[in-house]
Amino acid sequence: MATDSNNVEGYEHYYVPDQSPYPIMATIGLGALVFGLGTFFNELHADLAGSGRYVAMAGFAILVGTLFFWFRTAINENMQGLNSAQLKRSYVWGMGWFIFSEVMFFFAFFGALFYVRNMAGPWLGGEGEKGEFNYLLWDSFKFVWPILETPDQVVNGVKAAFVGPGEGHSMYPKDAHGGLFAWLPLWNTVILLTSSVTVHMAHNGLKDNSRAKFTGWLFVTVVLAIGFLCLQYMEYHEAYVDLGLTLESGIYGTTFFMLTGFHGFHVFLGMTMLLIMFLRALKGHFSHEDCFGFEAASWYWHFVDVVWVCLFFFVYIL
Amino acid sequence: MSDHGPAKGFGRWLFTTNHKDIGTMYLWFSFAMFLLGGVFALVIRSELFQPGLQLVEPEFFNQMTTMHGLVMVFGAVMPGFVGLANWLVPMMIGAPDMALPRMNNWSFWILPFAFTMLASTLLMDGGAPNFGWTFYAPLSTTYAPPSVTYFIFAVHIMGASSIMGSINIIATILNLRAPGMTMMKMPLFVWTWLITAYLLIAVMPILAGVVTMMLMDIHFGTSFFNAAGGGDPVLFQHVFWFFGHPEVYIMILPAFGVISAIIPTFARKPLFGYASMVYATSSIAFLSFIVWAHHMFTVGMPLAGELFFMYATMLIAVPTGVKVFNWVTTMFRGSMTFETPMLFAIAFVILFTIGGFSGLMLAIAPADFQYHDTYFVVAHFHYVLVPGSIFSLFAAVYYWLPKWCGNMYDERLGKAHFWLSFVGLNLTFFPMHFVGLAGMPRRIPDYALQFADFNQISSIGAFLFGFSQVFFLYIIIKTIRGGEKATDQVWDNPEGLEWTLPSPAPYHTFTTPPAIK
Repeated sequence: MATDSNNVEGYEHYYVPDQSPYPIMATIGLGALVFGLGTFFNELHADLAGSGRYVAMAGFAILVGTLFFWFRTAINENMQGLNSAQLKRSYVWGMGWFIFSEVMFFFAFFGALFYVRNMAGPWLGGEGEKGEFNYLLWDSFKFVWPILETPDQVVNGVKAAFVGPGEGHSMYPKDAHGGLFAWLPLWNTVILLTSSVTVHMAHNGLKDNSRAKFTGWLFVTVVLAIGFLCLQYMEYHEAYVDLGLTLESGIYGTTFFMLTGFHGFHVFLGMTMLLIMFLRALKGHFSHEDCFGFEAASWYWHFVDVVWVCLFFFVYIL
Repeated sequence: MSDHGPAKGFGRWLFTTNHKDIGTMYLWFSFAMFLLGGVFALVIRSELFQPGLQLVEPEFFNQMTTMHGLVMVFGAVMPGFVGLANWLVPMMIGAPDMALPRMNNWSFWILPFAFTMLASTLLMDGGAPNFGWTFYAPLSTTYAPPSVTYFIFAVHIMGASSIMGSINIIATILNLRAPGMTMMKMPLFVWTWLITAYLLIAVMPILAGVVTMMLMDIHFGTSFFNAAGGGDPVLFQHVFWFFGHPEVYIMILPAFGVISAIIPTFARKPLFGYASMVYATSSIAFLSFIVWAHHMFTVGMPLAGELFFMYATMLIAVPTGVKVFNWVTTMFRGSMTFETPMLFAIAFVILFTIGGFSGLMLAIAPADFQYHDTYFVVAHFHYVLVPGSIFSLFAAVYYWLPKWCGNMYDERLGKAHFWLSFVGLNLTFFPMHFVGLAGMPRRIPDYALQFADFNQISSIGAFLFGFSQVFFLYIIIKTIRGGEKATDQVWDNPEGLEWTLPSPAPYHTFTTPPAIK
C-alpha cells in the first residue's frame, strides 16, 4: 500500500459509511411494490379480485419507511460533522445528475407529442407521400390538433373503441368557457412561477441569517405547491366529468394526461421535499454554509417549474 | 471510516458499502446471467440444428429469443461492466471508495430482484415475454402475454439500477480523483466509463418512458401506439431506438477502456494517441444520439430521414477507426507477449472490426432493405457483442483477477479457454453472415432446407462456445482458491495506480489519496 509519506498532506477524511441495512430493506420494499403493482394491474385487466394491491401497499410502506430512516441517518451524519467538503460535493453531483435523468424522462414524452403532432398525425390524415394510402385504413380522417374525433370514430362510428371528447372539448384557451380568467392553466402558471420566486426568497432569507424569512417563504412555497395541485385536480375533474376528455379518448387525451400527470406527480414529490425541508427548518436545521438538503429541494422545484413552462406552451397553447 | 476488514457471514454481502464487495457481486451476478442467457441461446441453437420443428414449440422459441436478448444485454453485459467499474474506478483514480457507497449497494441488490421477476415469467400462465428483446408494439402491447406487466416493471428496476449506478460513477470520477489526477491523466477505462455513465443517465429514462407508454396502452386505454386513437406503432420504435442506439455504445465503450489498458501492457509501449482516444469516445457518444432510425430504414420513413440517418451512422466509422488505428499502432513495433488477456484483446481488435464493417454495410439504407431482419443482422451484432463486450470482460477478468484475489490464473488453461472461445464464436456467428445474405430471416424456429448446413455449423460452434464458459468458471474458481501468488505489479510494468497496491488489494484502499506525479 502507498505509505503515508506518499500521501497528500492535510486531506480531510472521506467518510465511507459502515455496513447499512437500508439498501436491502429498500430493495425488499421496492420489490414488493412493483411486483404487487404488476399483479394488481393484471388482476384489474382480468377483472379479478386479488391480493396484488395489498402486496403493493406493504411494499410502499416498507420503501417509504426505509427511505425515511435512510435520509435521517444521512442528515444526522452531516449534523455530526462527518461529511467533508468533498463528500458534500458528491451529494451535489448526485442531485444534479438525478435531475438530468428526470429531464430525459420528460423528454421521451415531449418527443412523443412532437412526433404525433408533426409527423404521424399528418400522415394518418393523408398528408404527404406517407399519407397516400390513408383511404385504405382511415378513410376520410382529417388531421387537426387537438384530435377531438379519433380515426377510430371516423371509420367505425359508434363502434369505436377510442372515443374523442368532441368539438370544443379541449384544454386549449379557445375552448375555455368563462373566458381567459377562468382558464385554470393560466392560474397554475402564475402559481408555479410565483413559487419559484418564493423558494428563492427563502434561500435569500437563509443567506441573510433571517430564520423568519427563511421558514416563512418556505411555508408560502409549500402552500403554493398545494394550491397548484388543487387547481390541477379541479382541471382533471372538469376534463373527465364535463368535457369527456380522458386517458382513453385518443392521442390528445393520452398525451395531455400523461404529460400533465407526470408533471403533477413531480410537483407532488417536490412539494413533499419542500415540506420536509420546512419541518427541518422549524427544527433549526440549515445554515447559509450548510443547506444542501434545502438547495437540492429548491433545484428540484425549479426543474418542475421549467417543465411546466414547456407544458404550458406545448400542451396548452401551441 | 474504520479500516477493518470485511464483516463475517452473509450479512457482509447484504449490507456492504464496500466498492470491492459490490464489484464482486456485480461480476458474479453478471456471470450467472451470462450462463442463464447462454442456456437460452443453446435452446435456440438446438432447435435450429436442422430444419423443421424438433424440440420446442414456436411460441416457446420466441420466449427464448426474447429472454436470451434481455438477459444478455441487461443481465450479463451491463452489470459486468458496472462490476469492473466498481472494482477499478476507485483504485484507478486513488479514491477511498465510490462516492455514494450505500446507494451503490442499492443499485446492485435491486438487479437480482428484477431478474428473478423477469425469469419467473417463464413459469406464468401465457408464458414469458415473446416479442423479442426490442419488444416492438403492438406485439408487446395488443398481442402480449399477461407477463408483459412484470416485464415492464423489471425493466423499470433495471433502469433505476443503471441510473443510480451511473450517478455514483460520475460523482466518483468528477469528485474523488486524487489531487493531481487531472482529467487528461485518467486511465482510458475511467474516461470511457465517465462517458458511458453519461449515456446511461441520458437514455435509461427514455427506456422507462417507453415501457411506461406500453403499460398505459395495455392497462389504461391510452393510444400511444395505436393508430385508431391517433397514435402510431412506429412511435414505439422511435422512442425505443432513441434509447437503444446509445445503449449499444453503453455496452461497448467500457470495453474500449479495457482494451486500451491491456494492449499497452503487453506491447510494452504507452497507448498511442491517448487524447485522440478521449475525443473519439466523446464523438461516438455524441453521434449515438442522432443515428437511432438506422434500425428502422424499412419502416417507411421520408427520404430525408433515410439519408440523414444513413450518413450520420457512417460518420461513426471515423472515431471508431481512430480507435482501431490507435490500438494497432500501439502494438506496432512493440515488444509483444501473448498472455491470455492480450490474446483476448487482439481478438477483440480484429473481430470487433469485422462487426464494425458489417455495421457499415447495414448503415447503407438501400442495402439494408435486403439485410433487414435477416441473420446478417444477428451476425453483425453478435460480432460486436461477443468478441467485443464479452471478450473484453474475459480479458479484464484475466488481467485484473490476480490483483483482486492475489493468485495468478493458470496461463495454460487461460490460453485453452481463449482458443476454445475464439473457435467456438467464429463457428457460431461467421456462417450467419452467409445465411443472412442468402435471405434467412431472424427469430424463426424453422427455415428453408438450403440453410441447413450453415445452421448446423452454427449450432456446433454455439455448444463449443457455451461449454468453454463452464471451463472458464472452473479456471476462475481454481484461481481464487489458490495457485501461484501474484506480485504487486502482476504484469511487466503495467501503468496505473491499481498496480501500486498489494495483491490482493486490501479491503480498503487509498483511504487517503496517493500523490500523483
